[in-house]
Amino acid sequence: MRNLWKSAWLVALGVILLAAGTAMAVLAQEGETETPPVVRQVSDDEVNEVAKDLYCPVCENTPLDVCGTKACADWRELIRTKLAQGETPQDVFNYFARQYGESVLAKPPREGINLVLWLFPIVAVVLGLVFFARYLQGIRAQSAETVGGTGPETAVSQPPPSADDYAARVEQELHKK
Amino acid sequence: MIPDIGYIALIMAFCVSIYAAFAAWYGNRIGKRAWVESGRNATVIVLPLVALSAGMLILSLLNNDFSVEYVWRVSSIDMPTYLKVTALWGGQAGSLLFWNFLMATFAMLVMARKWKQNLGLMPYVIIVISMTQVFFLGISAFIENPFTRLTMIPPDGNGLNPLLRHPGMIIHPPMLYLGFTGFVIPYSFAMAALISKQLDDRWIRNTRRWTLVAWLFLSLGLILGGRWAYDVLGWGGYWAWDPVENASLMPWLAGTAFLHSVMIQEKRDMFKMWNIFLVVLTYCLVILGTFVVRSGVISSVHSFAQSAIGPFFFAFIAIMFVFSAYWMTKRRDLLSSKNQLSSFLSREAAFLYNNFIIIAILAVVFLFTYYPIISELVTGEKGFVGAPVYKQALAPLFAALLLLMGVAPLTMWYRTSIKRLQKAVIWPAVAALAVVVVLYFLGVQLWAAMLGVWIVTFSLLLTGREFWKGTRARMKRGEPVWAAFPNLMARNRRRYGGYWIHLGVLVMAFGIIGSELYQQQTQMHISSGESITLGNYEMVFNGARRYAGPDDLVVTEANVDVKYNGRVVASLAPQSELYTRTGQPMTIPDARSTIAEDFYVILVNWEPTSANEATFRIYLNPLINWVWAGGLIFVFGTLVAAWPDRKQEEVLEARQERVALGVAGD
Repeated sequence: MRNLWKSAWLVALGVILLAAGTAMAVLAQEGETETPPVVRQVSDDEVNEVAKDLYCPVCENTPLDVCGTKACADWRELIRTKLAQGETPQDVFNYFARQYGESVLAKPPREGINLVLWLFPIVAVVLGLVFFARYLQGIRAQSAETVGGTGPETAVSQPPPSADDYAARVEQELHKK
Repeated sequence: MIPDIGYIALIMAFCVSIYAAFAAWYGNRIGKRAWVESGRNATVIVLPLVALSAGMLILSLLNNDFSVEYVWRVSSIDMPTYLKVTALWGGQAGSLLFWNFLMATFAMLVMARKWKQNLGLMPYVIIVISMTQVFFLGISAFIENPFTRLTMIPPDGNGLNPLLRHPGMIIHPPMLYLGFTGFVIPYSFAMAALISKQLDDRWIRNTRRWTLVAWLFLSLGLILGGRWAYDVLGWGGYWAWDPVENASLMPWLAGTAFLHSVMIQEKRDMFKMWNIFLVVLTYCLVILGTFVVRSGVISSVHSFAQSAIGPFFFAFIAIMFVFSAYWMTKRRDLLSSKNQLSSFLSREAAFLYNNFIIIAILAVVFLFTYYPIISELVTGEKGFVGAPVYKQALAPLFAALLLLMGVAPLTMWYRTSIKRLQKAVIWPAVAALAVVVVLYFLGVQLWAAMLGVWIVTFSLLLTGREFWKGTRARMKRGEPVWAAFPNLMARNRRRYGGYWIHLGVLVMAFGIIGSELYQQQTQMHISSGESITLGNYEMVFNGARRYAGPDDLVVTEANVDVKYNGRVVASLAPQSELYTRTGQPMTIPDARSTIAEDFYVILVNWEPTSANEATFRIYLNPLINWVWAGGLIFVFGTLVAAWPDRKQEEVLEARQERVALGVAGD
């Protein structure tokens, strides 16, 4: 039974580590700093870097950097102009969100109802784990009860004697024919 | 004349499926087998009727009969013959008819196989399948009628949407439809088992292969869709977390969970309720996915086939959901299992973890996909979730799944000792670490990439060892290696097919890690003779030309040379196309593919001015071909697992009959 708990903790630890990894990834993105504004030549790559986090407001579900329509080409020029005037990528995002609604942002702002998007995966995993732990606890309690008794259930759930050896299993399969 | 025949056949198919449901229900109620058999025959008849209807639509397309609105919409005189045929699924009405054809095919196959062994289930199977058919045929016949006539006959049609003319796109929808409609079989058997209280695992044995087949087609549809996106959409990727992609990914995920958890029921007689739930969930997601694709509720790049069928679909989903939930609640006492989990280091527990992770992924994808609707309901403003958020949320879950994929096969049924497990994983873990260290010194230094590579290598080694252990055991008995390996797979197709699928996924995972984390790209405006450098590559622009293609197409084609470390290795011709009638642009990239990476070139813009200047976008996609190679391995594995095995089936059937006799003797 101690093994049971040991492995439960191992599983829980694994999931916590993964959750921590996600959190770190999120925090790392928070810490990104923007380059100071300078009036300058803006390359296509810089424009695309911003445009890839925007979705085309008119065509359906196409990131702005790859959209082939004339309208999107114009929007990319707008981004270029804005960047050349010294606006930061965040300013550009804000401008587009103001003009066309927040749904043009590939990464919705982490506020208000949008927080659900970040909390839900974590909450779902944690709740699932809690449910799991309770389920296993229930089994533990039940199997403790039936240790003395010799009901038919306990007989069924006994492991077969030699199921532990892989080679034996293959051997067994070989003998079948 | 021809469209009229098609329409009459469609109406007849609709009426016949209503009759089939009624006859099966009535025959079962009064206990007259003749009625049930009549219901079966009616279900079988639906197929030739729908086939006739679809045939008439194809004939109308081939005849350029523009008096039929659908033909005018998706075809034109100049279109090549094969495209006229495939235009059957190039728009809403036609693709629904095609969908009906595929579903009728599956229904017919179910009726033709093992009728005698499943007499108790069959009336209900007929009812459930026929109800679904009534709905879809009804939509086809009364709301999205492909044979609707135009009063004024136009001289020529609009032509097929250019995006749908690519070979990948021609076979991608049928694969998805086959996957979608195929799931009606496990669903109808599950419901039949529930309603008739025959909740032993007969329904599972009868549908396992069907589920695998449906799942295979869904996988093929997803893989081909990715390939099509990569080849034609011209954005350097293969998966964009587009709502419609997600709509087909979600039933795939639920189906994957089912294919795993079903093994617990077969082996340990546990989780009966959960398995029924997964089948119901899969099917609801199939219908919901179809609804999303076709109703335009959520905007997507896949808006080829949209119309106002939304409310009907919504009502149908609600009915299906209530129907399934009602019977699940009503039969919940019969679904409880006698057995319990004996340890959570066991095969059954591993399957449970698998289900847990997959359902978590599914839940996240569901929330993100439907977020525009949810946020609009709550705040009034339509929110949106882009690909970066999906990646952030799902990467840890997928990593956990891949890790489990390697470790789970080491566990035994009932329980496994930690010591055994430790002994089995220690060397692969160290070896995978060594691989990561080597790669670190070769320049792979992102922590996400290192973690990913470790997990995938670790699981790959463990999966490979499963093959090796089995082969070695046979070799010890005197079989040479070339015989031992295929014999091993032939002896236990399901297990080793499954491991092949795992291998495919792991190979794909390498490709995804490489192309996601190490993709490089640049865009530049250059004149002919100039070049762009990216990584070790240099691309020289030689010139471009513009010419008229088939139909209303104008093609602009650039000619570039690709140099790798200074040596010319390829000459590429990326194109940008314009369909002048609709003004729709298309970007056809060209790529120099190697097993290590793709040098992928897109011609963004070219103006035939004096300077001969062009804008190119170049991607360097490392390991991208591993994604496709993994896909091939994946499909191979599914075929190994699903291929009919006479001997095994006979054994199973004999056992099934013995069980049935034993029950009768009680």
